Amino acid sequence: MFKEYNPINKLMFQVIDNQGKVIDNKLMPKITDERVLKAYKDMLFARTADLQIVSYQRQGRIYTYPPNYGQEAISGATAVIIEEKDWLVPAFREMGAMLAKGVTLKELFLLFMGYEDGNEYKNANKVLPISVPIASQMLHATGIGYEIKYNKKKELVYAFVGDGGTSEGDFHEAVNFAGVWKVPVVFIIQNNQYGISTPTRMQTASESLAIKSIAYGVKGIQVDGNDFFAMLRALEEAKKVCENGEGPVLIEAVTYRKGAHTTSDDPTKYRTKEEEEEWDKKDPLKRLKQYIINKKLWSEEEEEKIIEDFKKEVDRQFIEAENYPEYKAEDIFKYMYSEMPQELKDQEHRLKEFYRWKEERVSQTIKK
Amino acid sequence: MKIMNMVGAINDALDIKLNEDKNVVVFGEDVGVEGGVFRVTENLQKKYGADRVFDSPLAESGIVGTAIGMSIAGLRPVVEMQFCGFIYPAMNQIISHASRMRNRSRGKLETPMVIRMPYGGGINALEHHSESMEALFGHIPGLKVIAPSTPHDAKGMLISAIESNDTILYMEPKRIYRAIKQEVQEGKFTIELGKANVLTQGKDVTIVSFGAMIREVQKAMVMAKEQGISVELIDLRSIYPIDRETIRNSVKKTGRLITVTEGPQSFGLGAEISQIAIEEAFLHLEAPPARVSGYDVIVPLPKGEHHYMQDAYKILYEIEKIVKY
Repeated sequence: MFKEYNPINKLMFQVIDNQGKVIDNKLMPKITDERVLKAYKDMLFARTADLQIVSYQRQGRIYTYPPNYGQEAISGATAVIIEEKDWLVPAFREMGAMLAKGVTLKELFLLFMGYEDGNEYKNANKVLPISVPIASQMLHATGIGYEIKYNKKKELVYAFVGDGGTSEGDFHEAVNFAGVWKVPVVFIIQNNQYGISTPTRMQTASESLAIKSIAYGVKGIQVDGNDFFAMLRALEEAKKVCENGEGPVLIEAVTYRKGAHTTSDDPTKYRTKEEEEEWDKKDPLKRLKQYIINKKLWSEEEEEKIIEDFKKEVDRQFIEAENYPEYKAEDIFKYMYSEMPQELKDQEHRLKEFYRWKEERVSQTIKK
Repeated sequence: MKIMNMVGAINDALDIKLNEDKNVVVFGEDVGVEGGVFRVTENLQKKYGADRVFDSPLAESGIVGTAIGMSIAGLRPVVEMQFCGFIYPAMNQIISHASRMRNRSRGKLETPMVIRMPYGGGINALEHHSESMEALFGHIPGLKVIAPSTPHDAKGMLISAIESNDTILYMEPKRIYRAIKQEVQEGKFTIELGKANVLTQGKDVTIVSFGAMIREVQKAMVMAKEQGISVELIDLRSIYPIDRETIRNSVKKTGRLITVTEGPQSFGLGAEISQIAIEEAFLHLEAPPARVSGYDVIVPLPKGEHHYMQDAYKILYEIEKIVKY
């Protein structure tokens, strides 16, 4: 497949069309109907949660949040392929993949409510916390890949970056190192067309982002990132390549950020309604839904009902997060070093003395 | 005079310099079409065209590195780092080249450029959006580091920075981007860089601070005044070079010094200012200089940030202690 879809051929790998019809059965990934249905439900759950978070944010119940809206198939396919033994190195728009690894929605809520505790991922292993400095996480993925190869483990790394991230030096260094070291890392570029307001054509003069793979001497492919089956098949092939010791692989997943960059952003400043409508026709959930409806695996009634259930579940976890215990003063100090230096102990002590003084002071003022 | 907030004042300064000097160019991530994530560069691309105000690829090292080239060749770039926490990929270019080119070439090459960067906490932001790392930058020989605390200063200092032949890191206290409005002189004016500003005369304690912390000090001063404590407030404005003279004169008068800064405590700006007081006014000191600063920790996410931040009460606490010493 990597031969046929060599980025130099300017082909985008697709399996289903905008109406959810399979273009060529030979291209389908190996997946049962049952698993497709589960994947669809998981993507729908992620979307329901995502839309709900944006509304919580509007109500002032959560701080800045970067929506996943419109990009769910990329995480959705990763969720199918990633295993317990594999690593997930996210950027910050991979909710579905994170949930699949065992991160809870509540934990994501906690993070965006302003608790580092949300990054602890109590039930998930081999997931790095989301990475805000763009593309910096890519190098970590390469490093993890080195350890896997070094210890001859049968693990993979799935690492994410955005289109904007491909302009950073760290992107280049990560893929370059990975190519030299031949490590089992699948780099997935979520090309959602914009880095905040900047369109992809202003990030690079390259034909595509996938084509960059050629210069690094690694296998690469451009995939319709709104096509769940295409993403899954590409990941399957990438996995084989890595398992044969021929990794890394660079996948450009072409998608569209239907929401804002974050809740602080206003996309009407830099893109048109017509463009949004055009992409809406390629919406990943709509396409997969058509597919499962055509196959009589799903119905509108079931969808309506399950969305109601999902909303309740999202709300339940959100309220749990809202009732999280108060952030204690010692928590800003205690994770800084393996053993707290005396200097920090002194600073913590000083903060607590201040709080004692303040409490007294404020109660005096109230008495007056 | 025109009522402006800091965002408007910075925009006005850029507008004036773009209009006056065709060598001035403005670029960075999202500064063109969108006008910056804080709208600081709003409408400038419309007014001056995409050759002069433009979006760059997403790469901080790329932005600063190309600006160095432009400035060597004769342009006067004003570039934006979207947030203080995103400047680190550019540190190599800043430390290895921007701050050294003049010395390296024995004065033949200059890098007259301004790196604008919102900094500081208190805005309920995600990780990497709240740091105040002035000490890190003040420690780079060859770099000038300045930070305004009012719209008026923001405008005058930025015009001076663009006209300066040095590389200047211009730190914008984003917490007060829109929080303070004041009358700002219309048209062009400059403020001499490297000069601190005595905002309030006082006799008991000198407080040296800058940027968004000035407002917190002023709140503390109101409470201190109720107890009859008179505070002299110095707005540093320039972190490097630092205005020794103003600090010296004030500490000689009051005999007590408190520094209020947002960055982590150790090796911070507070230590530098205290050392100046010791060197310049040792025999006048009536108490050890005190500092209100961040702790040596990562700035916590919003739910824990109040533990870290310096507020009026933390400042008042130190004022009362130093007066009773």
